[in-house]
Amino acid sequence: MTPRSAHRRPAATRLRGARGLAGWLFILPALAFYTVFVLRPITLTFQYSLYDWNGIGPSTWVGLANYGKVFTDPDLFDSLVNAFQLIVFFSAIPVVLGLAIAATIRRIAASRLALVARTVLFLPQVIPLVAAGIAWSWLLASTGVVNQLLTLAGLSGVTRAWLGDFATALPAVGMIGAWVLLGLCTLLLLAGMSKIDPALYEAARLDGAGPWREFVSITVPSLRQEIAVCVTVTVIAALASFDIVYIATQGGPGNTTMVPGLQIFYLAFSEREVGTASALAMVLMLLVIACALPIQWFAKDGGK
Amino acid sequence: MITGRREAWTGRLLLILMMAVTLLPFLSLFVTALHPSGTYPAGLAWPGDPQWGNFLRAFEAANMGALLWSSTLIVLGVVPISIVLGTMAGFAIGHLRVIGGRLVFLLFVLGLTLPFEGVITPLYYQIRDMGLLNTRWAIILPLIGLFMPFSVFWMRAHFVNMPGELSESARMDGANVWQLFRRIHVPLAMPAISSLGILLFLWTWNQFLLAIVLVDDPAKRTMSGALGAFQGQWGTDIPLLCAGSLLILTPTLVIFLVFQRHFVKALLQGSLKG
Repeated sequence: MTPRSAHRRPAATRLRGARGLAGWLFILPALAFYTVFVLRPITLTFQYSLYDWNGIGPSTWVGLANYGKVFTDPDLFDSLVNAFQLIVFFSAIPVVLGLAIAATIRRIAASRLALVARTVLFLPQVIPLVAAGIAWSWLLASTGVVNQLLTLAGLSGVTRAWLGDFATALPAVGMIGAWVLLGLCTLLLLAGMSKIDPALYEAARLDGAGPWREFVSITVPSLRQEIAVCVTVTVIAALASFDIVYIATQGGPGNTTMVPGLQIFYLAFSEREVGTASALAMVLMLLVIACALPIQWFAKDGGK
Repeated sequence: MITGRREAWTGRLLLILMMAVTLLPFLSLFVTALHPSGTYPAGLAWPGDPQWGNFLRAFEAANMGALLWSSTLIVLGVVPISIVLGTMAGFAIGHLRVIGGRLVFLLFVLGLTLPFEGVITPLYYQIRDMGLLNTRWAIILPLIGLFMPFSVFWMRAHFVNMPGELSESARMDGANVWQLFRRIHVPLAMPAISSLGILLFLWTWNQFLLAIVLVDDPAKRTMSGALGAFQGQWGTDIPLLCAGSLLILTPTLVIFLVFQRHFVKALLQGSLKG
């Protein structure tokens, strides 16, 4: 018997029986809900994706043709491209800006102002995304506050209906996402920074490191885990975005802000192309996993 | 110490700026809501004659009383069941270390990042075949399943760290597995359970996609779904829409402000673990 199994043994005997049938009775109800409302639908999505079906009549087997359509039909493919462009706004801006802000306010993190800020910055996480969408549609409208501020700053030349303009609609949607996620990222990173040993900073100061050097060689590496979390959460929010786009632009103008989630919704429930919708849904699910897994591995390898 | 002081001031300034940007949409909603209905107010301008009655009209137009009741019913359906089932499964996987538990856990973890859009189409047909379309069950039952990966994941993370000696002594006193769970482990898991409850409440209350796909009648939806319908109906009357939006986001706001400490903790932990 190796020392390790000797150590494990009491844990096994103490709950004899509970590791078998009795234990499984604890898991089964959860597993049942999960199977019926998640696993079964996932397999059905895959099944639908291989057929041409309008949701009512008979369906025809088309093999992988629906997937071919996802990658060749510009309307469908553009929605995927848009989702990746949204990552810039949903992820890059909140994480980079969040890092900068957290590093700046690190020293006053315990002050009364910072405590108030903690509550305020969480508000976007608490309200429904739909409400954020409505509020921002109005802010970004042609007579909205954004244009009012720009005019005050002497930039009346650039004012426009931000969500209605082909060139600016997608970035404008992205800014709404950035607004929703910036507070969360900042606070997550700030919480991570409070766990960094202050002695590290003192040592760096003694070595003559400036604030930038400190930031690059101490703060960022120590926050690997928190950064990975922020990136994962925000990338998924970008790829799977629905609520904000549905409210703010409905995918328009033209197709400029169409995202996969919204496209699936339209295809399945308005255009009655269940097969195509399901193929896009499969692609979206796989994309999310393909993006989330590497980030997790990256965080784990760095942590150990 | 001059650099330190300057840093502190820059920090304060940044914080205030950030709070201003965060609050701007709320302020804009509020000011706009006070304008006479049917007008297109220009930006942030305090109305000459604030129309406080708009909130009352929006309350009636949005059928707020029914909405609150509906959302409450949905939350009461989703949250307790998710918590009980998630805690039980988390206990069996994390603490009892059931044979094959690691495999089941992996299966649950796969669902952690699932975008709901991925399963919404088959869910619609499944719910229709169950005869549940346009009932609150159409939102409640799928949400329990969809939140299960996170609930199990969250509770397992708690139970994995519970010392085995605790259960050993209880077993020696003759407790069976259920008593062990109910009398010893559930009380000790209360902090983890309440954080989970807060997160599930928030996600249920704000659920939009399931509500608009599976339920046609706004009065049977979640608050969030009803707001979507409200926008469709009153989208051209901006002050009324703003008043309605504010009313609809008030309940979560109030609950957040009351329990803010728990919320912030739960949300931070929630994203860290998720």
